[in-house]
Amino acid sequence: MDLTLVLQGLLSGLLFGGVYSLMAVGLTLIFGVMRVVNFAHGDMMVWGMYLAYLLAARGGIDPYLGFVACAAALFALGFLVQRGLVDQIVDSPHEMQILLMLGVALVLENLALVAFGPEPTRVRSPLAAATLWLGPIFVDVARLVTFVVAVALTLALSLFLYRTDLGRTIRAAADNTYGALVIGTDVRRVYAVAFGVGAACVGAAGALVSPILPFQPPTGLALSVTSFNIVIIGGMGSLLGAFVGGLLVSLAESLGAVFLKPSLKELLSFSLLIVILLFRPAGLFGRRPS
Amino acid sequence: MARGLSRRFGGLQAVAGLDLTVAPGEMLGLIGPNGAGKTTVFNLLSGFLTPDAGDVRFRGRSIVGLPPHAICRRGLARTFQIVRPFPRMTVLENVRVGALALHPRAPEALARARDVVARVGLGARERVAAGALTLAERKRLELARALATGPALLLLDEVMAGLNPTEIETIIQLIRGIHESGVSILLIEHNMRAVMALSQRIVVLSFGERIAEGTPTDIANHPKVIEAYLGDEYVHAAPA
Amino acid sequence: MRWALVAALVVLLALPAVLSSYAVTLFILIFFYGFLGQAWNIVGGYAGQLSVGHAAFVGVGGYTAAMLSIETGLTPWLGMLVGGALAALLGAIIGYLGFRFGLRGFYFVLLTVAFAEICRIAVSNIDAVGGPLGLYITFTGDPRQFQFQDSRVYYYIALALMLVATAAAWAIERRRFGIYLAAIREDEAAAEALGVNAFKYKMLAMIVSSFLTGLGGTFYAFYLFSLQPNTLFGIPLSVEIIIRPIVGGAGTLLGPILGSFILTPLAELSRLYLGQGGLHGAHLIAYGVLLIGVVLFLPEGAYPRLRRLLQRSRLASFSGHPRSKPASRPPLQ
Repeated sequence: MDLTLVLQGLLSGLLFGGVYSLMAVGLTLIFGVMRVVNFAHGDMMVWGMYLAYLLAARGGIDPYLGFVACAAALFALGFLVQRGLVDQIVDSPHEMQILLMLGVALVLENLALVAFGPEPTRVRSPLAAATLWLGPIFVDVARLVTFVVAVALTLALSLFLYRTDLGRTIRAAADNTYGALVIGTDVRRVYAVAFGVGAACVGAAGALVSPILPFQPPTGLALSVTSFNIVIIGGMGSLLGAFVGGLLVSLAESLGAVFLKPSLKELLSFSLLIVILLFRPAGLFGRRPS
Repeated sequence: MARGLSRRFGGLQAVAGLDLTVAPGEMLGLIGPNGAGKTTVFNLLSGFLTPDAGDVRFRGRSIVGLPPHAICRRGLARTFQIVRPFPRMTVLENVRVGALALHPRAPEALARARDVVARVGLGARERVAAGALTLAERKRLELARALATGPALLLLDEVMAGLNPTEIETIIQLIRGIHESGVSILLIEHNMRAVMALSQRIVVLSFGERIAEGTPTDIANHPKVIEAYLGDEYVHAAPA
Repeated sequence: MRWALVAALVVLLALPAVLSSYAVTLFILIFFYGFLGQAWNIVGGYAGQLSVGHAAFVGVGGYTAAMLSIETGLTPWLGMLVGGALAALLGAIIGYLGFRFGLRGFYFVLLTVAFAEICRIAVSNIDAVGGPLGLYITFTGDPRQFQFQDSRVYYYIALALMLVATAAAWAIERRRFGIYLAAIREDEAAAEALGVNAFKYKMLAMIVSSFLTGLGGTFYAFYLFSLQPNTLFGIPLSVEIIIRPIVGGAGTLLGPILGSFILTPLAELSRLYLGQGGLHGAHLIAYGVLLIGVVLFLPEGAYPRLRRLLQRSRLASFSGHPRSKPASRPPLQ
């Protein structure tokens, strides 16, 4: 067993973890504020990837610049989904919300299938070929840049939530809807912004990862599952938990890839999900009382 | 009968070493300031919470650790402080769920449900969806549902909260009627007049401990009770 | 109402005599998906436990019967029961884990999806059961091997399956089992306080549902003669299973059937006109939109809304009042 391989795997995993963290942070934000489980999370990310691909292929814009546009586009999508759809069923039983987001996931995934076809795609970026050497281990420059940008975005997000007025309003609405309503907050707008921000996270993450990871419409489900894994481990609604969880899960996956057959990777992911579901303390089952 | 009942929540000792006995056919009132642990006691007795220490015996057998449905089937039924009707079912269907505990066959359960519904005065509203009832009606529905299970002991959790004086009068009569038919009742209430009027005996809880026990008149003048509710400046005030 | 149903049944029984073979195929699909939807309805509709992994039971049932037939020559008529039993076992495991560990709502959904995907990937990777390419059943046309030359036999079998599942749902609905399930669906804790052993009844619903769904797997296998893990265990099939009862009315007896009669022809149409190579995803988009639409505008499904409309018009014509408000719920049996 080659130590270099293991170290390589660890480093790769850590760098990729930046993307997972960003992805998970988006999901946990949506759940933490609106108690909505975004089943379409992975599919939204895949759309981020496809948008990056379009920008690169048609517009010649490198994904490392284009991610801003992807984030903006996904923000709009998230905003609309919350405002136009989720908002209409706040008083309905929770099963309705699950079915709603399932419907959104179906639409997004299959729209991508119809628009782009089932074959895997990858985005070309000039950075993708470059590597750096650290002793016996090489570092994919693309991954490094991805990691740096992803972490920077996550930090920017926490600054937004903790230092700006709008961010504070979002957190307040998450903690206490009625209190926020009483002081005159337009809660519906706040929710829509929060969903938008969550979706923007995943749009950016998708763009950032598009040069590294080949993707196709069904990738959405795998990404959703991974997001759920991370967020449930880290604590639904906890930003720090999502961030740390993202790094950890990515590390674990990387190590797994070193030792296991690739087709088993998904199996492991789902098995992990089951184990986490069963052994997470019941306290996380935090439905907002109506 | 509960003995030495204890339960913590994190750093908070919600109930500590409580001894409580309800004699057959008795109506016992359980009072105490907010946060004294009264609903916790109900949850412990009805199986929704497990005690950290202590025993609960019902009709000669220990029921600690039994799930709520098993305890209900042994004859101990409860209502909830915040009523929980089955919103999409009608009044009759709601009560039928309770009646099925006594009569496994649906038609007989329906018949018993009809009787109980009539008894609590909701006969005219039989077919109405529970979600459409007024608060007072929901309270009566909650009562009817628990009653339909044919309990020997009924735990009533703040049945009068949120009702106006007329509605309270009606419910008092109802509870009295149920008691007279042979059901033992353990009553949590904040409405002092009702508790005094209904209870044969009262237990007072404060910070999870029993601080007083006795007949309504004893309790009304008990210094510890006054202290618990109003603070010790009032202990030496003129008696009621 | 009863008479309408009896009449409909008579019509359905007589139909194959006049239908083209394409139409017969369409009806087979309507009945089959109606059957699967009704089986799901028992745990997803009546008990309110949303499962998006029911395809796993189809897969287990189908693969079991197929393997038994290929390896040991066991007739699928018996293999069906074995497949159903194994599917019920899987259902019991999922149910036990989910209900013992208190998984509700989306946690339970995730559990069911995870199990289905694990089955799919596992079966894809085991060459002994055909691996990713799946299994093929040679056509012999032997009725003892559950194979028929005449597709009209399949029509009657599919119809029978749908009726069996509906009968099961009906039997459950009117007894304590069904009433308790409804109570659990409305408010599990309140139901517990009234003597309802929620765990036991949810498990029973899960086992019945997964057994019936497993039976469907065998039908699928011996009607289409091929099984692929991605098709038989995959999420698209799970979606096909749940969409009909949800659109038609989850937790009602006729909902899944109505849903299948509405959606199956639509799906077939879209497959015909849009399904040229890889565009089979198109009808899934329609499903997604429908799900959203149902949640927003018709949450209880088509059948309850239809029933209320019919009642209102019936009352109006009887009493002569243009707008008499009916009882908020139809009378109890």
